[in-house]
Amino acid sequence: MLRYIYGNDLHNYPKLERTMFLDRADQFKTRLGWDVHVDENGEERDEYDALNPLYVIWEKPDGTHGGSMRLLPTTGPCMVNDHFLNLTDGVRISSHLIWECTRFCLSRDTEPRTAAALMLAGGEVMCGFGVKHYVGVFDARMVRIYRMIGSSPEVLGSEGTGRNKISVGLWEFTQEARAAVAERAGLPLETSRMWFELAFGHSPQDLAAQKIA
Amino acid sequence: MKQRREAILEELEQAQELDALQDIIAALRDHFGVDHMVYHWVSAAGDQYGCGTYSDEWVQRYLEKQYIRVDPVIVGCFQRFHPVDWKRLDWANKAARSFQSEAISYGIGNQGFTVPIRGPHGQFALFTASHHCTDDVWSEFTEGNRRDLILIAHEFNRKALEFEPGRQPEHSRALSPREVDAITLIAMGYSRAQVANSLSISEHTLRVYIESARSKLGALNTTHAVARAMSRGLIVV
Repeated sequence: MLRYIYGNDLHNYPKLERTMFLDRADQFKTRLGWDVHVDENGEERDEYDALNPLYVIWEKPDGTHGGSMRLLPTTGPCMVNDHFLNLTDGVRISSHLIWECTRFCLSRDTEPRTAAALMLAGGEVMCGFGVKHYVGVFDARMVRIYRMIGSSPEVLGSEGTGRNKISVGLWEFTQEARAAVAERAGLPLETSRMWFELAFGHSPQDLAAQKIA
Repeated sequence: MKQRREAILEELEQAQELDALQDIIAALRDHFGVDHMVYHWVSAAGDQYGCGTYSDEWVQRYLEKQYIRVDPVIVGCFQRFHPVDWKRLDWANKAARSFQSEAISYGIGNQGFTVPIRGPHGQFALFTASHHCTDDVWSEFTEGNRRDLILIAHEFNRKALEFEPGRQPEHSRALSPREVDAITLIAMGYSRAQVANSLSISEHTLRVYIESARSKLGALNTTHAVARAMSRGLIVV
């Protein structure tokens, strides 16, 4: 299932938290060879994890991490503006309606639908909170994955070549794209919506019960 | 209607002292046609400042009873950054329920929409609109006004921070040369396709540059952004 968890609530999901940071080490350090810091517990964390980001996580049936991404407002410190201004023509992309999406991660043995499910979740956040675009940093390998799930970003700028090519891109999300991604994720839109409601609100029954007379 | 909204934002921009924010928030409340609007700042040290249209009795009561500790709006928004409809907060525990019924008896309303704002160095603020109406009416209101309320919330916070003693000037709001180029060409009346073409960027990229510039300028839309950029001398057409 999809979970939406702020950093300061991750401790309520210890297994999910641990496996997410382990999978991030596996993806970014071991497989991609990025220059990221892996701590003594084998977990990859950076300074942006300390800013209480909103994590969107695909949880496998056994409660472990299947895939995730990390969201932060672009009005505060974020990777694109702190480290990749050279890829955006020097434009500091900063808007209350643009959030940054980074550390898009898939565990080695996750279900094939995971990437699409995460994109679907990104759409829920946009609809639910009035977000217009995401910006994010991604590498060459992800380009193919994004294309496969039908959610290719618009590339704002790139550096490096081949496998080492790093880009800053942006996503918008139309209703049609949403339906297409849902289909690729094999998830009904209602289910996705339900998970979002579960994270950020109550069920319709609860709402009815607590309505003030 | 949009003009009125822009005019109030202009007053906010021009405000010279903290007290002026009270009149501005009352004007906003009237303009949006809701029961209340409130701006509530909490510093990292726990200091509070607020302005808004809640009655003095309720504000007194709130401070006296230290409701900041039970108020689900504070608890549910602290350290977060997504806007919240009050219906989505956790009102299940007894303290929250009794707080809610008391708030309603003080005329706060049964509906609310709060934008949490993360300022620099642990500063935190909330901007709230509250009202008395049905769920349907409220969700229509928030859907239609959400983006403007988010913008206004952040503009309010920016202004409040300006009055903070010893504050550092904000660099992150300066327009980059590419944003200036984009806004200038838009101001000259070129279409987005023409502007994108002349800057050798895609229209998607142009949209993000314009959105970013709009937000930095504290403008409600592109036309407003152009007007603000011109009046501040950032672009010359």
